Formats: sequence, structure tokens, C-alpha cells
Amino acid sequence: MPDVNQAAQLLVGGLAAGTLYALVALGIVLLYRASRVLNFAHGDLATAATFVAFTLMAGGWGFPLASAAALAAAGMFAAGVYLVVLRPAREATLLGRIVVTLGLALVLNGLTTAVWGAETKVFPFPLSDTRVYRLGGVVVSQLSLGLMGAGLVLVAALYLVVQHTRAGLAMRAVAQHMEAAQALGIPARRILAFTWGLAGALGAAAGILTAPATLLDPAMMLDPFLKGFAGAVLGGMDSLPGAVLGGLCLGVLEALFAGYVSVKFKTTFAFLVIVLTLMLRPEGLLGREVRRRA
Amino acid sequence: MRKRMRTDLRLRYDEDLALVRGTAGWLAVLGLAAALLLFPLYAPGYLLFTAVLAATHVIVAVGLTLLTGYTGQISLGHAAFVAIGAYTTGVLGRGVPALPGLAGGLPWWVTWPLAGLVAAGFGALVGLPALRLTGPYLTIATLGFGIAVNQVLTNWEALSGGRMGLPIPRATLGLGGLSPDRQLAYLALGTAALLVWVAVNLARSHVGRAFVAIRDSDIAAEVMGVHLTRYKTLAFALSAFYAGVGGALFAQALRHIEPQMFTLFESIYYFAMVVVGGLATIPGAVIGAVVLTLVPQWLTAAREWQPVVYGAAIILMMAVEPQGLYGRWLRIRAYLKTWPL
Repeated sequence: MPDVNQAAQLLVGGLAAGTLYALVALGIVLLYRASRVLNFAHGDLATAATFVAFTLMAGGWGFPLASAAALAAAGMFAAGVYLVVLRPAREATLLGRIVVTLGLALVLNGLTTAVWGAETKVFPFPLSDTRVYRLGGVVVSQLSLGLMGAGLVLVAALYLVVQHTRAGLAMRAVAQHMEAAQALGIPARRILAFTWGLAGALGAAAGILTAPATLLDPAMMLDPFLKGFAGAVLGGMDSLPGAVLGGLCLGVLEALFAGYVSVKFKTTFAFLVIVLTLMLRPEGLLGREVRRRA
Repeated sequence: MRKRMRTDLRLRYDEDLALVRGTAGWLAVLGLAAALLLFPLYAPGYLLFTAVLAATHVIVAVGLTLLTGYTGQISLGHAAFVAIGAYTTGVLGRGVPALPGLAGGLPWWVTWPLAGLVAAGFGALVGLPALRLTGPYLTIATLGFGIAVNQVLTNWEALSGGRMGLPIPRATLGLGGLSPDRQLAYLALGTAALLVWVAVNLARSHVGRAFVAIRDSDIAAEVMGVHLTRYKTLAFALSAFYAGVGGALFAQALRHIEPQMFTLFESIYYFAMVVVGGLATIPGAVIGAVVLTLVPQWLTAAREWQPVVYGAAIILMMAVEPQGLYGRWLRIRAYLKTWPL
């Protein structure tokens, strides 16, 4: 009979990890919904932004200011990437666009390594990993609590932007039907650039929240990025609530798997989830993308 | 429409069937054959290694272009097939003490084809979801497969030696007069030439046409009588076979393999080769593989810039010349042939 406390402990750990996956998944889904682009550079942009925050803090900036600056920089860079690289390639095939973001991922990763070096660094974070709270029989670190809180705030903020602003309405219109939106006078180019910027900033936030737990190095976001991808697939590639749900589910499932079956094959399990989802329910938990063939 | 003018007019059916056309074609083939035969005899040591590496990349890239370029199925997990091939030769070559017939290890001419076949088996398996998935979803599935294989190899230490790696016994042709490195170069270039020749022929056959039909419209292909299940699975298996043999050769070139050699980045590099050379052409895959093997060798002084160079090359190629280097060459040739027109 499994211990209830242990299960609750795994659940909390899984939710903390799942929050990160959900943030990454949101960025991926935001872009996929808007322009049917799989952004393979998402993780590398997040890493680069985290390094920017790191450098700013080393230069004496406070954590909130440095993070905000990194988020803004990532957002502007992502919007610029859309306007300069992807906009001209909008006629390209699916393969062409995937290839472009893959190239971008390589460039960003290479530049991060070249500028900041490959050795790991400790990311100064205001919340501690070792200071813990006891809630009943469950131990929660300050860091996980902060992480989940920050995730909640970001998801709520994104919800407000997408559902309750004019820009969000335009984003949804462009995502639903680009030509119709343009015919109604929505500036699709600017809205898509805005979407990219939003996704970039979300990615940067995910990077900054990942760094204290994993240490900072150029390959830091590879694992969370791939898990975020898995979460996005699980939840449905075209559904924002799906991305959050998928990310959280993946985090919890993964933690339970690690706790009860095998820690070693934790990541393998995540990809088993992807493959199974794609085979059994390709549109994901909450996705609605019409499948051309059954 | 001068640019699109057909310059290689074929007047008779047997001209269309011919694999090599015209005096220039034969001269090029003979020259290439002579170069491939003489190169391992006279090349300096470091170039020999580069040549073997280029041969492995050519094999993998040609396999990938059969799948991605011809059949239109994107695979971001090709490093996994390469890894499967490499570990198959590694484990079988070392010998499996638990199995009575295999305790002593098998020679390369048994393990290499086996490496291809085992990889092909996994390829067919990955091809199964491809029957239902299209576009981005398939990309994600292959990506997941690639990561999963890498993870399993890292963690299943009894099989792979874990992070410590697996030593590979040396393969030789058994020619006493040649150094082992030169023998391996012959082996590598010979294998690559054979597999490229097979791919060129295959691409022109009914199989190749079925692949292209699936790429252009799978529904139309099915209506025309192309068995989708069979040909999609075949494309995956075939591509994985190439990757497996390439992996066997790669293992042989380095004589030591570890899971870190077969990551997502390697998959992207193979992809880059195919794109830079020119999608859906066999010569394009060969050119791309050779060029992207040589460039990092010239850039040894700035090794950390390698990903940047690869990435920038991909983006630039998509923006400037989506047909790849080979497409650019075809245009130059057409221009020269029709020149002063």
C-alpha cells in the first residue's frame, strides 16, 4: 500500500515541474496556433534570455529589473525574428519553416555558447531551494512554491491578454482565419509579430524559472523544452488551456513514474507519452485541430 | 522562360532509361571512380579520417533524402537510427557471451548489414505512427523517438556501456600491404558508392515514383494505386537501413561510441546536410554531406562556432536557394549549355 504522504510529495514535485513545462508549452502552442510554425528555437531563445538576465544581475541590477529586461529583450528579439526571418518565408512549405527554426535554434545555441562559455554557472535567485515549508506531511521548498506562484501569475496574465484585450481578440482572429482577419482590417503582420514577442517573453520567463533548479548552461532548456513540447502535444497543439493542462499532467505523470517505477527512464517515459498520445488521440486532450485522415 | 528551358533533351526511350548519359557523363563517372580508387592510396592520414566521416554522412544523408525529400516524411530522429546501427555493430562485434553462437564476436561483413537491418526494423516501427500522422505531428513523433533512444542507450549500461562508451573492434579488408586506416577508407568509400548507386536507381524506379507521389499528395497516390501503408513503411525502413549502415561505419571510424554522439543535434546536422545540398535529389544529399563535413574541418580553430555556421547555412539556404547547392549547379549548367541565348 503506497504511502499517502509520499504520493502527495510526488504530486507537489510534479506540479512544480509541470508548471515549467506548461509555460514552455504555452509559448509553443501560442505560435503554432497563430502561424502553424513549430518553433524549435523556443528553448534556445529562453536560454539566451536567461543568460542576459544573469549578466545584468552580475552588473549590479536587481532580480526583478533584470528579469523584466530579459523578458522584454526576448520578446523584442522574437518579434524581430518573425519579421526578418519567418515573414519572408511564409510561403515556404511546412518543411521549410521547420528547417528555418531549427537553423535558428543552432545559431542561438552556438552564440550563447560562444558568448557565455559552456561551463555551468549558478543563477542567483531570490528564492531558496533549501528553505522548506511543511504542509501536513508534505515538504515544499520555497523555490517550488515561488515557481508555482509565478507560473500561476503568468498563465493568468496571458489569459487576460488573450481573452480580454483588443490585441488578444485580434490574435485569436488571426489564428482562426488569417485571410478573413486581414479582410476585416486586422494588421496580421503586426499581430503575428506581437504573438511571437509574447511567446518569446513567456519562454524567457520559463528559462529564468528553470535556471535556479538546474544551474545555468547553454543546454539548460533542452530538456524542459522537449518536455514542454510533449506537454503541448498531450494537451493539444492548438489549445492554450490544453498546453497548461498537458504540461501539468506531464509533470505529475513523470514525477509519479520516477517515484514508483524508475528514475532513470523518466525522460524516456515523457516521450513514450508523446508517441502514445499521437497514436491514440493525435489532437491531444483539448485540441480540436481537424484531422484530414482518420 | 530561359531559366527553365530543358537542356538535356532525350529523343529515345533508352536514352531516358540510361543511368549515365553522354560522353561528359561517362567521363565524370570514370573520373569520380578513379578518384575514389586512388584517394585512399595517396591521401595523408587526417584526410583519410575526414573521407571516412564524409562517407558515413553521405550514406545517412542519402537515406534521409529518400525519406524526407522523396517521400515527404520529416524525421528529426535520424541520429537514433545511426545510434542503433552503431550499437548493433558494437555489441555483435564484441560478442554476446550469453548467446552460444555469438560469444566470439562477428566480423564486419556480417555486422554491417545486420546493423542496417536492425535499424530498418526500428524504422518500420516508427513508420507505423506515420501512417496516421502528417506534418508537424510526425516531426514531433520522430523527435520523441530520437530522444527516447538516446535516453535508453545512456541508461541501459549493460547494452551500451553507458556514458563510458563501447569500444569497437577494428574492421579490415584483410589486405596485408595496406595500413588499416587506408583499408577502412576503401571500405567506407566503397560502401557509400554502392549505397548511393542503389539509391539513384531506386529513386528512378516505380518505388521512387511511388515515394514522390505520396509526398505530393497521399490521397491522389492512393487513388492511383500506391499502397500507402506499404510504401510509407518501406520509406522509413529503407531510410533507417541507410542510417544504420552509416552508423556502423561511423562506429568503425571512431572505434569508440557513446550515447552523447547521437543526440538531437546530430539529427539536425543530418537534416542540414540534406537541405543545404538540395532536397529530393541524391546528388544534392551527397554534396550537402561532403560540404558540411569539410566546413567544420576547416573551422577547427573556432570549434564553438560550428552550430552557428550550420544554423546560418540552413537559414541562408532556405532564403536564397531553396533548391540547395545541387539546384544552383543545375541552373549554372543550364545557363552554360544555352549560353549565348
